Amino acid sequence: MATHPRPLSPHLQIYKPQLTTVLSILHRVTGVALCAAALGLVWGLLSLALGRDEFEHFRACANSLPGKLLTAIFVFCLVYHLLNGIRHLGWDTGWGLDLKRAYATGWLLVALAPALTALSLWWIW
Amino acid sequence: MSEFRTELKQVRGLGSAHEGTHHWWMQRITAVALVPLSIWFVFFLEAIRGVDYLAVRYAIGQPMTAALMLAYVCAVLHHAYLGVQVVIEDYVHERVAEVGLLIATRLLFVLAALTATVSILRLVFLAADPQ
Ligand code: HEM
Repeated sequence: MATHPRPLSPHLQIYKPQLTTVLSILHRVTGVALCAAALGLVWGLLSLALGRDEFEHFRACANSLPGKLLTAIFVFCLVYHLLNGIRHLGWDTGWGLDLKRAYATGWLLVALAPALTALSLWWIW
Repeated sequence: MSEFRTELKQVRGLGSAHEGTHHWWMQRITAVALVPLSIWFVFFLEAIRGVDYLAVRYAIGQPMTAALMLAYVCAVLHHAYLGVQVVIEDYVHERVAEVGLLIATRLLFVLAALTATVSILRLVFLAADPQ
């Protein structure tokens, strides 16, 4: 047993989900998804270097229905992770860690992420 | 918070991983770089939508675009590796599987970065001497 009265990490099975905890785990989920997106980008660059047929194949994959669905997911992940990443960088400087600001920037993120995702997709498609 | 601190609040030397704040710091530097680069990348995607193969190839082959694209892939892959490393360390508790996964992902991301670099350089040389 701990001899100091120190705080415990929340026990996920019995801890009520809150805005802050949900947004936090989403940062991790989107970060891992973006790793796959990064490999997709490398595939695209490689296909360009290999030649026209390879690139057209890549483009056909990206423009297929599953390809578009995946693109939409990746764009959301990028927008979300980027915006929340800025929150993280703020916290690293000590800014925004108080409950009031953590919730205000959190709700701002909830509003901005879908909007910017829709805007980006409308733009690049 | 201060009442929760023990005399171990300050880590000794470079800490248990013997690398001090290096990992944390590189994750932040790459994150800062990724903000403008990601925005640039979305603008670039818009610029090349529906464009013919040769035109895309030529666009990325321009020195400034190639440099930004190189910066983007390298920053993304570095940041991504640092990120999944922590995720693996958090969730994989079997030591052999953990170290195996860490090595495998590292090799995969290094190979991806080299592939992207060689590909972009190829586009640069093709754009300089279009045949
Ligand atoms: C574009 C491709 C990107 C990929 C593949 C990526 C991937 C990741 C991954 C896998 C993690 C680990 C998540 C975790 O430990 O829970 C992470 C963490 C992080 N990312 Fe990204 N990321 C990207 C872009 C960005 C951008 C644009 C920012 C902008 C600020 C950013 C800021 C951060 C920060 C601050 C962390 C550390 C979070 C923490 O301490 O828990 N990332 N990223």
